[in-house]
Amino acid sequence: MSDEKLVGIVLVSHSAAVAASVAELAKGLAGGAEAVPVAAAGGTEGGDLGTSAELISAAAAAADRGVGVAVLMDLGSAVLTVKALLAEGDELPDGARLVDAPFVEGAIAAVVTAATGADLDAVEAAAAEAYGYRKG
Amino acid sequence: MLDADFFRRWMAATAASVDREADRLTALDSAIGDADHGSNMQRGFTAVMAALEKETPGTPGAVLTLAGRLLISTVGGASGPLYGTLLRRTGKALGDAAEVSEEQLADALRAGVDGVMALGKATPGDKTMIDALVPAVDALGDGFAAARSAAEEGAVATTPLQARKGRASYLGERSIGHQDPGATSSALLIAALGAAAGGEARGE
Repeated sequence: MSDEKLVGIVLVSHSAAVAASVAELAKGLAGGAEAVPVAAAGGTEGGDLGTSAELISAAAAAADRGVGVAVLMDLGSAVLTVKALLAEGDELPDGARLVDAPFVEGAIAAVVTAATGADLDAVEAAAAEAYGYRKG
Repeated sequence: MLDADFFRRWMAATAASVDREADRLTALDSAIGDADHGSNMQRGFTAVMAALEKETPGTPGAVLTLAGRLLISTVGGASGPLYGTLLRRTGKALGDAAEVSEEQLADALRAGVDGVMALGKATPGDKTMIDALVPAVDALGDGFAAARSAAEEGAVATTPLQARKGRASYLGERSIGHQDPGATSSALLIAALGAAAGGEARGE
């Protein structure tokens, strides 16, 4: 394993199970993704459905290797909370960025791309491109 | 002039009315949302009051930015980042002044409301907290009582609207006929300004 620093991926969902499962799925589908720092921030601290700013901040800190963190969310308060935290300026690591992408497909694309050592711009572009995958 | 104590009283009066009205907010939210607005707002403002007692920020701006940060981190629903942004932006717009005029508060609150509109991408008529806040800020030049009336009328006026933002928008036409919970809690926040000012009069 090289000591190359990889972009971190944070997955924010209203559900802890969804966030953790999508993280597992993305790492499982991306060959050689073991080194990608992927952190899940799902549900509230109390284990209910919802969004926790504390869990998001902790996940972003855990996934940060100093070369950027791509934050993907499901919807509603997850999106608004990440936006509000980014506007705060000091709650998320430097280089944390909201990535506008479909949650599952975007997470997979982001992890696959991050595993190649790509930079945050490339990870964001790959995740956002997942909006274009048509299924019918 | 309004000092840090006024802003603490504003937050305390808001916390008290959120406590008093929590069941009603949740009932409104059960009709068109996920039935947690009252308890979410209670959790948020309880945390705000605990932090204000512990940290005793010394300026109006510092009171509101601290309150906003707590709401973002403790509410657990969309109202956290929305109310948190409202108070933080308002607090930042007030700067470091030890006292601010009502005019300065009105200008700062308008900046806060603009921040909420930018974050949630809501505009007046979308059946959101904006429908209470925008008329309240417009009326603030005529005093806290006028702002309260405008906010309460704005909240009631959300009833016939169809929701265009947030979870309620998934209901489409079925959202019509229910007063918006966020506009209702926004009216409580604005009404608490008058309570804070009344407390000042009694304290002198």
